[in-house]
Amino acid sequence: MIMAGKTAHKKRITRDQWTAAAFLAPSLILIAVFVYGFISWTGYVSFSNWNTLTPDFSFAGLSNYLYLFRDFRFQADLRNTLFFTLFFIGMVIVLGMGIAILLDQKLKGESIFRNIFLFPMALSFVVTGVVWQWLLNPSTGFNQFLKVFGIQPRWYTDTNILAGFQWGAIEFGLPVAILAVVIAAVWQMTGFSLAMYLAGLRGIPDELREAARVDGASEGQVYRRVVIPMLMPITVSVVIIMAHISLKIFDLVYAMTGSGANFVTDVPGVYMFETTFRGNYYAQGAAIAIMMLVLVAVFIVPYLWYNRKGENG
Amino acid sequence: MKKGMWWMGLLGLILIIAACGSGSSGTEESGGEAGEQQSGETKESSGNEEAAAGNSSEADLEIFSWWTGAGEEAGLNALIDLFQEKHPDITVENAAVAGGAGTNAKAVLATRMQGNDPPSTFQVHAGAELNESWVAADKMEPLNDFYEEEGLMDKFPQELIDMVSQNRNIYSVPVNIHRGNVIFYNMSVFEEHGLEPPKTFEEFMEVADELQAAGVTPLALGDKETWPATQIFENILLGTLGPEDYQALWDGDIAFDDERVVEAAETFKQMLGYVNEDHASRNWQDSAQLVSEGKAAMINMGDWAKGYFSNDLEMEVNEDFGYFTFPETEGNFMVISDTFGLPSGVENEDQVKEFLALLGSVEGQDTFNPLKGSIPARVDADESNYDEYGTDTIEDFREASLAPSLAHGSAASEGYLTKANQAVNIFVTQGDTNRLLQSLENARSAQ
Repeated sequence: MIMAGKTAHKKRITRDQWTAAAFLAPSLILIAVFVYGFISWTGYVSFSNWNTLTPDFSFAGLSNYLYLFRDFRFQADLRNTLFFTLFFIGMVIVLGMGIAILLDQKLKGESIFRNIFLFPMALSFVVTGVVWQWLLNPSTGFNQFLKVFGIQPRWYTDTNILAGFQWGAIEFGLPVAILAVVIAAVWQMTGFSLAMYLAGLRGIPDELREAARVDGASEGQVYRRVVIPMLMPITVSVVIIMAHISLKIFDLVYAMTGSGANFVTDVPGVYMFETTFRGNYYAQGAAIAIMMLVLVAVFIVPYLWYNRKGENG
Repeated sequence: MKKGMWWMGLLGLILIIAACGSGSSGTEESGGEAGEQQSGETKESSGNEEAAAGNSSEADLEIFSWWTGAGEEAGLNALIDLFQEKHPDITVENAAVAGGAGTNAKAVLATRMQGNDPPSTFQVHAGAELNESWVAADKMEPLNDFYEEEGLMDKFPQELIDMVSQNRNIYSVPVNIHRGNVIFYNMSVFEEHGLEPPKTFEEFMEVADELQAAGVTPLALGDKETWPATQIFENILLGTLGPEDYQALWDGDIAFDDERVVEAAETFKQMLGYVNEDHASRNWQDSAQLVSEGKAAMINMGDWAKGYFSNDLEMEVNEDFGYFTFPETEGNFMVISDTFGLPSGVENEDQVKEFLALLGSVEGQDTFNPLKGSIPARVDADESNYDEYGTDTIEDFREASLAPSLAHGSAASEGYLTKANQAVNIFVTQGDTNRLLQSLENARSAQ
């Protein structure tokens, strides 16, 4: 590859390459300005003193970031995002893979089931949020029924932190309320991972499973040793896609629970919105945005790296 | 087999596209994100000279507000109709932004003002929301000459004019008055338990204890958005400090570790012990429903709740639901006033002033307020247009001393309010008075 690149460089640029460049240029310029340009702008603002309505671009150093890391709400946001991401991705993978394997058993009416599971994907997060807000409201619907059995879950109004201990300004542990948001998000996104796993399962040749069975593997072993390892690339993709949804989530939380009592369901997206557009703390809002970018980059960059290596190899 | 794989692959691709699609449609539907989208637009156009020239709307007058609820929308439309009748040559656009008790609209407004694309005139609460943001950012035109010409100087209480002024310049025209220090209660619940409206905090706690013992939630609260809780706290502060020291607290002349402020925080904590358990899942309307259903007895809410009780929940005032002044704030009036001003950089100032003149007139105020369920800001409006609650409140308004509301942006800047709401949100769960007062103090010194 490297050799080929060097020789191509010496050649004169052909007309084809000019045409290709001409076609790419508009989108490259637009992306450069509206994506990377504004990311840099946000980064610049996050180091400024612009924390009122009047712009003030004097250099503030790291003060906006330092403020965030001492801030109760931001620490709570990081905790919530961590647990939301873990549970959300875990459940989407387990449920998606499980249902995909069941659907793959060549059962009758498979397409009907598939569509049922895929259907929530057609809704926007806002709709999901509003619906689940009522479904999981402690005083309505389903919970009236549970009350008969003496169970009264408080869902997203629960302010308990499981296994909590004081850490920084906050109590670190699993916020029970976030699980209600996880349920809604999983309900919506499972169909997506299901579809990916189904596609993956269809891509595994029957011969492999046959061979495993001939070698004396039980059905369980066939899945554990052959099928699931072969689905690894799908799992990686699902993790990446779900992680970038969960780290940036805003609409679901905003529509369903808001920040929650004691910020048990708050996420950086909601905090950024309120800080910037309600409190007019533009620099602090920009700092939150940059922190969100860093969080997503932690997931995405290794993935891009891994993909690039895959292409080169 | 192979064909099947292709189809599944295609399906996967479509789903990815659908996922992106649903993500962006989500942002369109969510009122809350309108601000973010708007910000993108204004950023793109901020270098654009056309946008900088001012009003981008096709109409001559673009009236920006968050009046989209039933009564208030009717009131605004009636005002616009009245204006069109008088000025058929001026076209008017109602540019209201729904949601979040004005918080969404404020976000949109902030981005438009930042991008030098102000609406012709916009709704803004009297006090800090006007003075410490738009006036301080030099985005408003003084209206002193306009007040003189229209003879408005003595038509509003002086305290109210002071709230819309800075350095002797007047910056907006108040249209209506809402009262924040009022508690609405379910009369049949009170009757059933033989209770009287409490006048002091002590009496309030006694009443609340009796209600709680009888299995009724004493105080309904819906703090999914934090401001209803902040509203209770500011009323307690007003009751404990009195109007002058209440003002001094926001002016920075009284510290948050003042004995009486600590006492107010303790009272707040005690009151929060009487609220419904699911308060964090309700907005103010949902919590008002608890009172109408008789599950809760009382609710502290600005008197826009009266319109909600009588119009939406079909309850009769002084029959089904009653009202009394928040304990220990008799003779005081927590004022929330919607006002309209003249942003800098608007081309057709004269036309905007025509509209402001109508807003400031008796006719305009008596057209709008009965529909909105508020009382007029003018002291000489015609009382016969208002219901029993309205006339009662008009009387109080004339005599009481006015106090600016924190929860509605009149007492302190939006930035301070955002931090105060955060501190109150944490306090509602943790009940740590020191922490609350410390956060409030810190937020002030950060200003």
